[in-house]
Amino acid sequence: MTEPDTAQELIRVEHVSKRFGAVRALRDINLRVHAGEVLGLIGDNGAGKSTLIKILTGFHQPDSGQLWVDNEPVTLKSVTHARSLGIETVFQDLAMVNDLPVYLNLHLNKELVHRPFPFLRRREMKKRAREALDSIGISIPSVTAEVGQLSGGQRQAIAVARSVHSNARLLLLDEPLAAMGAKEGGQILRLLDSLKRRGDIAIVLIAHNYSQIVDICDRVNLLQHGEITLDKRSADTSVAELLELVHAEYRLNT
Amino acid sequence: MNNPVTRTLLRTKELSILLVTIAVAIYFSVTSSAFNTSENYHTIAQFFTPWAIVAAGEVMLLICGEIDLSAGFVFTLAPFIFVIFVNNGAPLWLALIATLVLCALVGVINGIVHAWLGLPSFVTTLGMAFLLEGLSLILSNGAPVSAPRGDWVVTVFGGGHWSELIWALVIVVIMQLVLSGTRFGVYTQATGGNRLGAAESGINTNRVKIVNFAITSTLAGLAGIIDGLRVGSFDPTNGGFNTMFFAVAAAVIGGTALIGGSGTVVGALLGAMLLGIVYDGFNLTGISANPFDVVLGAAILVAMLLNVNLTKLRARSRT
Repeated sequence: MTEPDTAQELIRVEHVSKRFGAVRALRDINLRVHAGEVLGLIGDNGAGKSTLIKILTGFHQPDSGQLWVDNEPVTLKSVTHARSLGIETVFQDLAMVNDLPVYLNLHLNKELVHRPFPFLRRREMKKRAREALDSIGISIPSVTAEVGQLSGGQRQAIAVARSVHSNARLLLLDEPLAAMGAKEGGQILRLLDSLKRRGDIAIVLIAHNYSQIVDICDRVNLLQHGEITLDKRSADTSVAELLELVHAEYRLNT
Repeated sequence: MNNPVTRTLLRTKELSILLVTIAVAIYFSVTSSAFNTSENYHTIAQFFTPWAIVAAGEVMLLICGEIDLSAGFVFTLAPFIFVIFVNNGAPLWLALIATLVLCALVGVINGIVHAWLGLPSFVTTLGMAFLLEGLSLILSNGAPVSAPRGDWVVTVFGGGHWSELIWALVIVVIMQLVLSGTRFGVYTQATGGNRLGAAESGINTNRVKIVNFAITSTLAGLAGIIDGLRVGSFDPTNGGFNTMFFAVAAAVIGGTALIGGSGTVVGALLGAMLLGIVYDGFNLTGISANPFDVVLGAAILVAMLLNVNLTKLRARSRT
């Protein structure tokens, strides 16, 4: 495997910092994601992983530093703006509305409407929802089922399908495997693996299970106290090394 | 419950309340000979149309997880603002439009105070309610004034025999289409169902709320003017918390969740009709004034309980 050159660089983060009141969530973040690459982002709770994801997705704006997309400097003004550049996010809470059916959740804020009278095109959205779920091998009893009736794994899969379906080039996944049983977690991992093999989509994955990270990711970045303290290819590191780095500072009798 | 027809019926949110409404109507038809007359239908319509119109807006707010306690006093105040415009020489149609614009502004203020300044809508609109009540009393000097007459605007907006009911039905149809047929309707449900998730999807949830506050107070103002023009006088003791709570009760009886996320405008109309029929039926069957509210309150509780239980039954039929 050769190191991707900068021509394939999808997103670059340079010297980004962010503070919330007295809390300095991010200090000096430097990060690159290449086209088609799977990057694992690890770190202890409160290290700033979710804040970084929310900056990449345009939900928060950095206090300082610069983002580059396709080697062009950009200021992501909103989630919609990031989306227009092909950056899609599956947030920790999945941004799912339990009272709405699957097909409306799949089209949330991207609803199809008729012209000139802007009524919802429900039939078309149901059809596209079915296609989107089928295309990445997700089985849901019915696209008209309310999301609140589905399991955690199914909801996660729908959230991933929603992001992939909108021609994402970069998919940001904030702890997709948290609070999930082994079986459901396995389904999500298989889904990510099939996306990886498609090769047209880069993924940034936040997770706490380091063996899963090392298995599926091409590269791993470790975030500690708002800074990236490790950037290695998965092949060059191990679960043991990652565990050692994350837990070293908390060890007794040091 | 595994019969597909039964399941479809149970899943229709409005059906349970429709059945209860029909049952109550049958009960009063049997117990009172005066119930099934055209005149009495008109009386029932007079009871419930103001509630139904106010509820059409209130449902939208409840679905996005908010409430407007001031809507009843917009109902009270709007006619007196209308009178000021008319007394200053504005044609009635222009006075009506100007009044509704001011009513919308009240909603926008409610929405901005809530969304931008972070005050809960319950508190925001409670303050606004007393403020508007005071304004109504100042503008009216605490006494009713006679409403304008003899203009096409009066005929269309309340003067015509069934015009109030027609307005209620038109507004309910339009608001139901907005709720279930447009992107704004989806945003309203998403804002109430998962505020953060809606925002993460790029929906401007503050704007959704502010627009719904504006819709609610505009409809409440319109209902106040229509009701006043129908009666022929504007009364500062009309509307108020009474009208607002009947509207909220109608919405909740009609299946709207007080915690937000789900509900229908048609359900609220049926809820208002049920309340109107009960109100009217009690009058006809001669239940005296003092226990009236006790019985009405109990009837509202029973209707709500029935609705909640039918919702549970629906949920079970899904699995």
